[in-house]
Amino acid sequence: MKSLIEKIVRIPGPSGYEAQIRQAVRSEVEPLADEVTVDALGNLIARKGRVEQDGMRIMLAAHMDEIGVMVTHVDENGFARFTNIGGVHAQNCPGGRVRFLNGAMGVIGVERLENQTTTPSLEQMYLDLGVSSRKDSPVRVGDVAAFERPFIDLGERLVSKAMDDRIGVAILIETLRALPASPNEVYFVFSVQEEVGVRGATTAAYAINPDLGLAVDVTGTGDTPKGVKMEVGLGKGPAIKVRDAGMLADPRVVNWMVQTAEAARIPYQMEILERGGTDARAIQLTRAGVPAGCLSIPCRHVHSPSEMVDYGDVQHAVHLLAELVSRPVVLT
Amino acid sequence: MTTIHDSPKTRPPRITAEQLRLLENLTNACAVSGDENEVRKIVLQEIKPFADEVYIDHLGNVLVKRLGKGEDRLRVMLAAHMDEVGFMLTFNEDKGDGIFRFDIVGGVSTSHLAGQPLWIGREHVPGVIGAKPVHLTTGDEQGTPLSIESLRIDVGPGNSGKVKIGDRAAFATRFSRVGPSLRAKALDDRLGVATLIELVKHAPQNIDLLAAFTVQEEVGLRGAKVAAYSLDPQIAIALDSTPANDLPAWDGSENERYNTRLGSGPAIYLADSATLSDPRLVRHLVETAEAQGIPYQFRQPGGGGTDAGAMHKQRQGIPSISVSVPGRYLHTPVSIARLSDWKNTLALLHSALIRLTPAILQVERDAP
Amino acid sequence: MTDLLPFLKNLISASGLSGHETPVRQLIEAAWRPLVDEVTVSRVGSLHALKRGISAEPRPSLLLAAHMDAIGLIVTGINGEFLRVTEIGGLDARVLPGQIVTVHGREDLPGLIVQPSAHLLPPDNRSGPVALHNLLVDTGLTSRELDPLVRVGDLASFAQPPFEMAGDVLVGHSLDNRASVAAVTHCLDELQGRKLLWDVWAVATSQEEKSFAGASTSAYQLRPTLAVAIDVTFASSPGSPGHKTFDMGKGPTLGYGPNVHPGVYKAVKNLADRLEIPYAVEVMPRHSGTDAYALQVAAEGIPTMLVSIPLRYMHTAVEMISMKDITRAGRLLAEFAASLDLEFIDNLTWED
Repeated sequence: MKSLIEKIVRIPGPSGYEAQIRQAVRSEVEPLADEVTVDALGNLIARKGRVEQDGMRIMLAAHMDEIGVMVTHVDENGFARFTNIGGVHAQNCPGGRVRFLNGAMGVIGVERLENQTTTPSLEQMYLDLGVSSRKDSPVRVGDVAAFERPFIDLGERLVSKAMDDRIGVAILIETLRALPASPNEVYFVFSVQEEVGVRGATTAAYAINPDLGLAVDVTGTGDTPKGVKMEVGLGKGPAIKVRDAGMLADPRVVNWMVQTAEAARIPYQMEILERGGTDARAIQLTRAGVPAGCLSIPCRHVHSPSEMVDYGDVQHAVHLLAELVSRPVVLT
Repeated sequence: MTTIHDSPKTRPPRITAEQLRLLENLTNACAVSGDENEVRKIVLQEIKPFADEVYIDHLGNVLVKRLGKGEDRLRVMLAAHMDEVGFMLTFNEDKGDGIFRFDIVGGVSTSHLAGQPLWIGREHVPGVIGAKPVHLTTGDEQGTPLSIESLRIDVGPGNSGKVKIGDRAAFATRFSRVGPSLRAKALDDRLGVATLIELVKHAPQNIDLLAAFTVQEEVGLRGAKVAAYSLDPQIAIALDSTPANDLPAWDGSENERYNTRLGSGPAIYLADSATLSDPRLVRHLVETAEAQGIPYQFRQPGGGGTDAGAMHKQRQGIPSISVSVPGRYLHTPVSIARLSDWKNTLALLHSALIRLTPAILQVERDAP
Repeated sequence: MTDLLPFLKNLISASGLSGHETPVRQLIEAAWRPLVDEVTVSRVGSLHALKRGISAEPRPSLLLAAHMDAIGLIVTGINGEFLRVTEIGGLDARVLPGQIVTVHGREDLPGLIVQPSAHLLPPDNRSGPVALHNLLVDTGLTSRELDPLVRVGDLASFAQPPFEMAGDVLVGHSLDNRASVAAVTHCLDELQGRKLLWDVWAVATSQEEKSFAGASTSAYQLRPTLAVAIDVTFASSPGSPGHKTFDMGKGPTLGYGPNVHPGVYKAVKNLADRLEIPYAVEVMPRHSGTDAYALQVAAEGIPTMLVSIPLRYMHTAVEMISMKDITRAGRLLAEFAASLDLEFIDNLTWED
């Protein structure tokens, strides 16, 4: 699974411009699914199975898009100003690198500020593509780039940009691969535009109208020095989300996930996230409502170019997800 | 290049004295979000003779259908919002003195309030947002922004009975033309409304044109959400106005955050805070502009939002884009736009609609 | 006829934090069942109670929405014998130290929200109000006793018992918005034995304090012809600006603004005048901050109205409300429902 993860985290695909990552995911899932479609916003939807007696229509969602930047202006000396796509933290930018969809690459530079102690804002930064004039620039207003940082395999821990949420994408692919016959109709939704407001999941959930929905996304951890206080930590198993800023998980879904994990002896943690949301919110609010929850992968340094996950947590997540959707679901 | 039958219905729309009069009526009308009556009346009067179907929905949107001819017609929704930013009277200070507290409706610029005349309610009762005389202010005070809490609307002593709490108030600006420019309040989005009225009157035959004159865009894209759900189009285009911040920098340096520039033509959106435009529609508009020799610009990515933000997320997802006429000083008492930009926006949209075929949706949104 | 005061005291003593409304929903269902024809539960836990009308199908319907969820706390971590918590819904941390709560673990435990001494707090929070994530809950148990009983994700609700004051005033937590549920109950009581032309859906919505999940999904499912949200609003009290608050005991407020259909507002206002029910006009320039916001834009859009009951000290454990205002609101809703004829919607125009 590590080579799959490495392959997909590297592909640039900021919100709204997921074509390259969609192509890679498509080539993985096409041989495994009963039906694969792409909808109006670019969501890739792979269906496996049909509802049989005792079965349910289940939607699983992991988002293909990552945060990135878009060029707003190229000045006469060839420096490009930019705006954010999704939640880009200004403090993670200076000195960073970006890779455009057209292959061009650049460095993030910063203006010299009067006050050296405050964090510069994105408006005080620019992209340096190594050219000297506007006409030599390989990029124009509207061009889109992802952050660039190589994948590192530290053994138990994996590091890359876009673990949020390519790790979820990888987990869905592996779950689809490992899925035994099931009475459920399972929609593996590789969603788009999550980082700008769970837009893809909104329309995908409307189309699918599932009986139950689960997002698979990263969550933060509380195990770094003087960090946010949170019980979730790397290496203690995938997390079962109870609440985040966008959603209260359906308690019946939480119970079902806990009971399934315990029966299969899969380690898990309970998760409460103060800030941040996932596709699960969009699924929950669809049409007449959908019981929804989220299986979270603990991740350090979220929305930085060096997001870190625990490989054991990832493998347990695949195992748990397969257990959850491969047999009749009873919500109590 | 498609052949276009030269009939009255497909002759391209033009901006003449008649359309300028329409814009004047539209901008002089007051329609603060939630109370779009005055503009709705004008819209209905203009389009009723041309519509195959027209109705007002439960939020007050005017929804219009002009059906085309032939097989496999695309259902294309165009939205322009009838509402403007303004104020609402919230509390009568009760001294009979004509003084009311107020709140803003939509993103009114709060640095443009003190010292402005207003029209209040259906009768356009005159009022003012006063300001303390400079003689009575301290230096410190002059350096502090005026909060809405500290300001009041004044309709004059003894006139409290002419207005009531809940009444809306708009800037008291009358439309005028100055050289190449249009000067009025609410160019955002009466320019869009006027443009859409012309497109309805000159609806091309190759599509079903679903026009939505929406309400409450300025307070959360509310009208567009339900309009898109009802109309269920295959493509959605928002017609709006967008800021041109193209003034010179204090030190003569390059203005890198101009958003759009007056005189550079209709602004095609790539991305704002609410929508990542469908690349197929961006391509179609650019190709149309270049083929027809119509000047155009890209609105700088980031910030803001239009009705497209609500439309594209309806039902199973609707490929969407926004096209705006640039305007200076939007959301302030007096805005300025160029007549040429308006003409080119109308021309671009009309040509783009005529050149639309179902083939546009047969490729994926952003095929690599 | 439901005796409203004991019913409401019971309601606010039941747990029902956003997303976990089952205990309070069961109480509401027991009260509503004898008053309606059919009771169901939505996919996100809202209660739908239908009183069928008598006119021919397809029959128009009125939806009355009162959110049953309450704000509270959720356990984020266990620190020895102390619990760390965060909020469900909006809380001002300054009203929390010294508050008694019930921790809903494997069993209900009495808890106390406590503020550690300054030297035990991080340097940037040693002076001024202590942030919620630095407060703790002490159950009085040792860590060994606590361990099997509480885990991350357990809820804690306010535990102040309700009490009455002279002048028909009730004090307690969660009057936002159980008071409105009581108003809807009173409305159903008033409609007992009466035949209405329209269907009436009484809906106790879930998760208003979080995401309006209940209101938006119930409106989508039921597709009512008209919707009225009932919520609480700010009553005048020391420190709250006079121009944004309303007198307690002087009747409900009628919402007016973009979130409300002006035609429905007018109909309700005229009815209140006819019935001599006192009210105040509540001007809302933008977001109403209530279920009405979600109801209005469900599917193709729904003409929506908001009726609110003035409440002092909202989102504290000592919310205060006038029982008279609750019955006035309930009566207004009942008479409005009874007044709806088959021409109402056609007569609902945008012209003045």
